[in-house]
Amino acid sequence: MAATAAVVVGVLGLLGVLLQAFEKGLGTEGNVPTFILITLNGLTLAGLYFISASGLTLIFGLLRVTNLAHGALFLLGGYVALELVQDAGMSWWLAAVLAMGASGLVGLVVHQLFLRWNQGQDLRQALITIAVSLILADQMLAHFGATPTAIAPPEWLAQPLSLGVYDLSYPRFRLAMLVAALVVGLLFWLVYTRTRVGMVVRAGVDDTQMTSALGVNVQRVFAAAFFVGSALAGLGGVFAGTALSLAPGQDQSFLVSALVVVIVGGMGSLGGAALGALLLGLVDQYAGAYLPAEYSNLSALLTFVLLAVILAVRPTGLFGKAR
Amino acid sequence: MTMDRMLTLGTRGALAVVLVVVALVPVLCTTFFTSQVGLTSLWLGIVAVSLTFLSGYGGMVSLAQTALFGVAGLIAARLSVESGWDPWAAALAGILAATAVGLLFGAVASGSQGIYFLIITLAFAQVTYFYFAAVPTFGAHEGINGVRPPAVLGDPVQDPARMYWFLLVVSVLAFLGLRHVSRTAFGLALQGVRDDPVRMAALGYNVRLHRILGFTLAAPVAGAAGVLSAWSNTRMSAGSISLAIAILVLTTAVIGGLNRLEGAWVGALIYTLCDTYLRGWTDRFTTWLGVVFLVIVLVSPGGVVGLLGSAGSWLRHRLAGGAPPPAAPSTPAPPVPVSSGGAR
Repeated sequence: MAATAAVVVGVLGLLGVLLQAFEKGLGTEGNVPTFILITLNGLTLAGLYFISASGLTLIFGLLRVTNLAHGALFLLGGYVALELVQDAGMSWWLAAVLAMGASGLVGLVVHQLFLRWNQGQDLRQALITIAVSLILADQMLAHFGATPTAIAPPEWLAQPLSLGVYDLSYPRFRLAMLVAALVVGLLFWLVYTRTRVGMVVRAGVDDTQMTSALGVNVQRVFAAAFFVGSALAGLGGVFAGTALSLAPGQDQSFLVSALVVVIVGGMGSLGGAALGALLLGLVDQYAGAYLPAEYSNLSALLTFVLLAVILAVRPTGLFGKAR
Repeated sequence: MTMDRMLTLGTRGALAVVLVVVALVPVLCTTFFTSQVGLTSLWLGIVAVSLTFLSGYGGMVSLAQTALFGVAGLIAARLSVESGWDPWAAALAGILAATAVGLLFGAVASGSQGIYFLIITLAFAQVTYFYFAAVPTFGAHEGINGVRPPAVLGDPVQDPARMYWFLLVVSVLAFLGLRHVSRTAFGLALQGVRDDPVRMAALGYNVRLHRILGFTLAAPVAGAAGVLSAWSNTRMSAGSISLAIAILVLTTAVIGGLNRLEGAWVGALIYTLCDTYLRGWTDRFTTWLGVVFLVIVLVSPGGVVGLLGSAGSWLRHRLAGGAPPPAAPSTPAPPVPVSSGGAR
């Protein structure tokens, strides 16, 4: 009943968007060029959301830890890359890799020091990660200041790319972000389904104790998952810092977006995270552009209404398993 | 009279002394202390106790308490400043609105448990924040300034004594009321739902309804805190209910202790004292707050009150003389028996 209503409202919203986009036909005078750009914005934003959310969902799926310091690790990655590119003159790619390493390392330390011996007390772990995120965010404010700054993109991605339709061009870097998200997703899928490591991880997600009993060193898998998950948060931060900008407070807003993505899709499900990221990115952009003017300031609300509706209908998200 | 009974009386006496000392604050301390530390820690304690009640007795750790706080505070402020309502009537309207919103939030969130509950209430907090930040009726980001408390309570800035006593009375009433609820049949069932929802459902209890009612009961407490905060500060804005504040209320409740209602005010007092006096001493106040939060969560899941309780029972055994303490007399209860595997 509620599910049907939610689907009907969603379809009506999409129809409203399409009507506004195509009502004046396909000519250059119409709204189609804007629609293309907004859709691309939504898709590339979804790519960014997916990169950071995939780390969160990996950590949750395997360790049952809701890492609320994920946003702080995200911002940390961004700031480290900024420092390396701007002050050390390093190439963007190397800086991105090092930033991933830094975020991953901090995440690993947090896991080993504070979370490992609280396994299973998920609320306590959530509180611990909140405390860690408070400390990290404040320390970053002290070291990197409060002025929003952006990382310079790599040279050959700095120029806009001509799309070949309606004389449109689009920032190459944002497209690269979408490609990167696809690569991350593909790598995840390959590792999950085609390698021994992936097999162990899948077994760990399904039943940690049984996996451990079969002779797998689960603690090592956990530590590796925490490192990779945190490194992905850092990579998200590098992309966000290049495509958008870095500022205090972004840790919280991106944590909230990543949580929305992961919860909408179902915690622990990678496909769910991809779908959640797409929904969030597109709803966010379409709502900002196509809501009637008098409601446009409510667009920020819509993503959270989306979350609340989905959770009310499916308490464990779209693809989440009840555990 | 046994030793134990004397000690119980002693504890009660100590509590009475604490209450008297707290009541004498406006007489003994400066106006600055009374308004800055006193008023703030009292209203912060009231909103925190609504969270302590939910998590301690219902196993629901909610980040939406500041949202309900904001609904009541902003509606009351709006009605009294712009529509010229009597402050009491405006306060009542605000608290009723918060209760209705609490019923709605509770109805939606009650299906989720543990960490999902935390996240869905986080979404409610964000929705409410963005709503109030966007809508001009409530002053958008500016908020509503010049809120006048009822004349009986005096001017909260110049002479905060009467406002302080009023907040103290409300705090005591909120404490006694929530404690009473926790001892009724409903309160006991709620604790059963917290500990083992599946078994309670098997026994014929409507688990979801108990959660919804528990959440709705805590809403007017959070709402009252919102109105009192608007009165104490003479203003309220969307910034008063941002995510940072929601996390602050959670921090306060955790520092005080999620297992006992009085922990809310203890945590609020500790936070407010640090906020008032440590900020001048260090630039990195938030870092220290985070460190304290981290240490408390790691060392004492029962918070400061839990630590005091352990110390108290240790002392009790010392005074009672020789009788060896039972194996683990003061093991603090696990913070909140919640896991996402609750409904296995």
